[in-house]
Amino acid sequence: MVSPDDVEKIANLADIRLSGDRLGEFTREFNAILEYFDILDTVAEEAGEKRGEFNIMREDEVTPSLPQGEVLALPRDSEEGFIRAPRVME
Amino acid sequence: MKAQGPVTGEDPFNAFITRCEWKPGGKGMLAGIMVAVKDNISTRGIPTSCGSRILEGYTPPYNAHVVDLILREGAGIAGKTNMDEFGMGSSTENSAFGPTKNPADPSRVPGGSSGGSAAAVAAGMVPMALGSDTGGSIRCPAAFCGIVGLKPSYGRVSRYGLVAYANSLEQIGPLARTVREVSLLMEVISRYDPRDSTMGDRPFTPRLTGEVKGLRIGAPAEFFGAGVDPAVGESVREAIGLLEQSGACVVPCSMPSMAYALAAYYVTCTSEASSNLARFDGVRYGTPDDIRKPWHDAFREVRAKGFGEEVRRRILLGTFALSAGYYGKYYAKAQAARRNVSADFARIFRDVDVIAGPTMPTVAFRIGEKTDPLSMYLSDILTVPANLAGIPAVSVPCGKVNGLPVGLQIMGKPLEDERVLDVAYAYEQGAGR
Amino acid sequence: MTVIIGLEIHCQLTTRTKLFCGCSTDYRNDPPNTHTCPICLGLPGTLPCLNRKAVEYALRVAKALNCTVLEEAEFARKNYFYPDLPKGFQITMYDRPLAVDGHLEIEADNGTEKRIRITRVHMEEDPGRLVHVGSGDRPRYSLVDYNRSGIPLIEIVTDPDLRSPKEARRFINTLRTTLEYLGVFDGDREGGLRVDANISMERGSRVEVKNISSYKGVEKALTFEITRQRNVIRRGLSVERETRHFLEARGVTTSARSKEEEHDYRYFPEPDLRPLRVREWCDAIVLPELPAARRVRFADSFGVSPSHARTLCGDLKLADFFEEVVVCGDPILAATWVADTLLGEVYYRDMEIARVPAGHFVELLRLLKKKEITDKGGVEVLRAILDQSARGEVPETPATIVARLNLGKAAGDAFGPVIREVVESCPAAVQDFRNGKPEALNYLVGQAMKRTRGRADPKELARMIREAIGGSGVTG
Repeated sequence: MVSPDDVEKIANLADIRLSGDRLGEFTREFNAILEYFDILDTVAEEAGEKRGEFNIMREDEVTPSLPQGEVLALPRDSEEGFIRAPRVME
Repeated sequence: MKAQGPVTGEDPFNAFITRCEWKPGGKGMLAGIMVAVKDNISTRGIPTSCGSRILEGYTPPYNAHVVDLILREGAGIAGKTNMDEFGMGSSTENSAFGPTKNPADPSRVPGGSSGGSAAAVAAGMVPMALGSDTGGSIRCPAAFCGIVGLKPSYGRVSRYGLVAYANSLEQIGPLARTVREVSLLMEVISRYDPRDSTMGDRPFTPRLTGEVKGLRIGAPAEFFGAGVDPAVGESVREAIGLLEQSGACVVPCSMPSMAYALAAYYVTCTSEASSNLARFDGVRYGTPDDIRKPWHDAFREVRAKGFGEEVRRRILLGTFALSAGYYGKYYAKAQAARRNVSADFARIFRDVDVIAGPTMPTVAFRIGEKTDPLSMYLSDILTVPANLAGIPAVSVPCGKVNGLPVGLQIMGKPLEDERVLDVAYAYEQGAGR
Repeated sequence: MTVIIGLEIHCQLTTRTKLFCGCSTDYRNDPPNTHTCPICLGLPGTLPCLNRKAVEYALRVAKALNCTVLEEAEFARKNYFYPDLPKGFQITMYDRPLAVDGHLEIEADNGTEKRIRITRVHMEEDPGRLVHVGSGDRPRYSLVDYNRSGIPLIEIVTDPDLRSPKEARRFINTLRTTLEYLGVFDGDREGGLRVDANISMERGSRVEVKNISSYKGVEKALTFEITRQRNVIRRGLSVERETRHFLEARGVTTSARSKEEEHDYRYFPEPDLRPLRVREWCDAIVLPELPAARRVRFADSFGVSPSHARTLCGDLKLADFFEEVVVCGDPILAATWVADTLLGEVYYRDMEIARVPAGHFVELLRLLKKKEITDKGGVEVLRAILDQSARGEVPETPATIVARLNLGKAAGDAFGPVIREVVESCPAAVQDFRNGKPEALNYLVGQAMKRTRGRADPKELARMIREAIGGSGVTG
């Protein structure tokens, strides 16, 4: 079981805003889903072998970058070649 | 090349988010064929929204590999199809652009998340479409709309340009009215792309013989168990019976890992999604918030405005499953469970050539019917095992229940996409006779 | 109080392209956002594709640092949200790094060799670069340049084996030299090396100082932080476990916000990349000669003194230059002139060794060896060559400079008039010398040197003056 406090903590970590009235509802749904996930407790920890390929790499060869104009056409705000972003605290 | 459009016209089922008439022309295997492309597959010059508000204003400066491939073979693009936001849903109700309706019964969902692609094909608006399948998102709408849809083996089709929801599970795949068309589109889109490190160079060679003599079909009891509509189960058993009449034999088997496959699936996909969806901050593309706000406040605002409720729910679930103290209980366990599912399939495939069962536990449900998230998740129970194990799986129509289409799901050994399509073809031919 | 220091060092690798895309890494003199593509901008739908050369470079480092390469290494996502991080996560390595358990020998404070243990070596991608707009304390917004986004980094983490800021600086210098010898790093690239340091006093809490971005900064930041911690302890308080930022311009560390300390990065394996099994590959790599071996060779085959060998081998380009000019035929003369004279002159000019014309330098050494010019004249020739090179001119040959400045060590006769002039103009000194004051001769030689502008050999001048004034039984 998780509490509304736990859900709020996760919401903070995830930068997802949950308004107070939605918090309770989210917590209930959350708990129903987590309860369903509890079946995973029955799985043995080291089960099976991980398979698949490895060492997939490319050569160190330069390919063209996008023209600056095309890059700066994507964001809403740019300034002297830079892309504008919200301020980050020092 | 620039897209022409937008094209207005009848779209009675709300199958498209963006209509266009991109007809580059040229010769090739798909010459003159208009293909509908799911809106999470990047198209240069055509907006790619993933059914989300957060990508409003974003037009990719590049094409997904599969888009380049179909254009090179002379296909045109009819538009970008509606979907559950970022692929998160099984009904195409979770779209910022409104729900898509099922052409078989417009009061019902087309299934999801590639519901727009399936509806466009089922309604005859296009002969074929591209979708993506993370936990059933091609097969579910194919079954609900009464068409054919293939989820290829993991690593058989390049994901380059597919906006990621759950990287380790999903594949782009074809939808069409017949197995032959699905096979044709698969042949084109499966060409090698070194930009996807999880893809191998394994060309797809269509092999539609329709011959099933001596074929061993496994039908795990769990695929016909609790939660599966008996009428749907009956329909599928009849379909398997038809294959038996053509010379295949049915081998009883069981798949104990089905007990936790769905939980493993949802832990994995939400975990990966919580990371994949962090890039939509409105800075490099999309719609930013006030840049004079502190970063985290602005980021939160962008996410609050841009993401729908189901997306926010899955981000929270995934963040939780990966967070300190819970990683071992959820994410790590889900990966162990996943290896068990693969091991179960490997064991069953020692005795059988393909596994058959229903694609979905029910026929298409009514729009607005499922409001509880968990009950919606449970409808994926029969499709997620193939994604967890990375094996190929096709849904082919097999009759109707209450006038609504039922899908027969055929799963094969890893990389035996040709075989599952051949078996689907054999059924399609037999049923049509 | 014993000081305990561990370092985490991030170095940009000098591959041609970025870690996961084909964009060029050569961005330093280019406008912002001109070395980007859908992959390093993190556009939706893009996938990373690993640069083989970056892995090879990282393996060279792991091998040179005597590490054990893991049977299977794996990239992981480090999830945190920041505008310079285009995907909202950084691809790095977490619980399965490339290599672990190595060591590097450095010179300890007492001059002996000391082994610093290496905890791990892993690969990761560099974020973009942020510029804050507005006044320093109240930024209005940020500007982002993604040219740096995706540059390959290796992170090298040491055990807490360092005991002083000086030792930490020496470790970084030794590491830098080693990386340059390996051909994987260019220490002259601005921002190519960044350091985080963990510092504690014996039995005290550990403080992490982030954001040190220069070689000199390391010693400065650590010295400041140690003083700060000592003062805290002296006041009877205890040092708090925290993360602090080093403000290079002010030379101080300041406490970071608490939110950053609580970070939960939610690492998980990167699903878009396959694991690495590169142990055998690493075994097959043949490393180039490293600084320690080169020092021994310089001493053994050229007879260079240990201190000159250390200086020369402490900088790859300097050592290479020495090997180029040693053909002059006198290795010890060459070592002295490169390590003592040339090094000071290029530092003074903030010039790269690579810009010094080796052929000219060899010719200069030959003139010195044949005693055709004096040491002082040699320095003048060298300065002329460096000044001309620094201005981007083709430098004159040493012979031309010697002739132009009249620096040739002239035959004794040519100085006859100068000697006579000096003897006539300094009767008092001449008298002193005759009266048995030998230091008076030094004065006279100095006067003569002044008049010959250093062209003459002082010993030769002394002999001639003594001859001219009739010598003295006292100095005989």
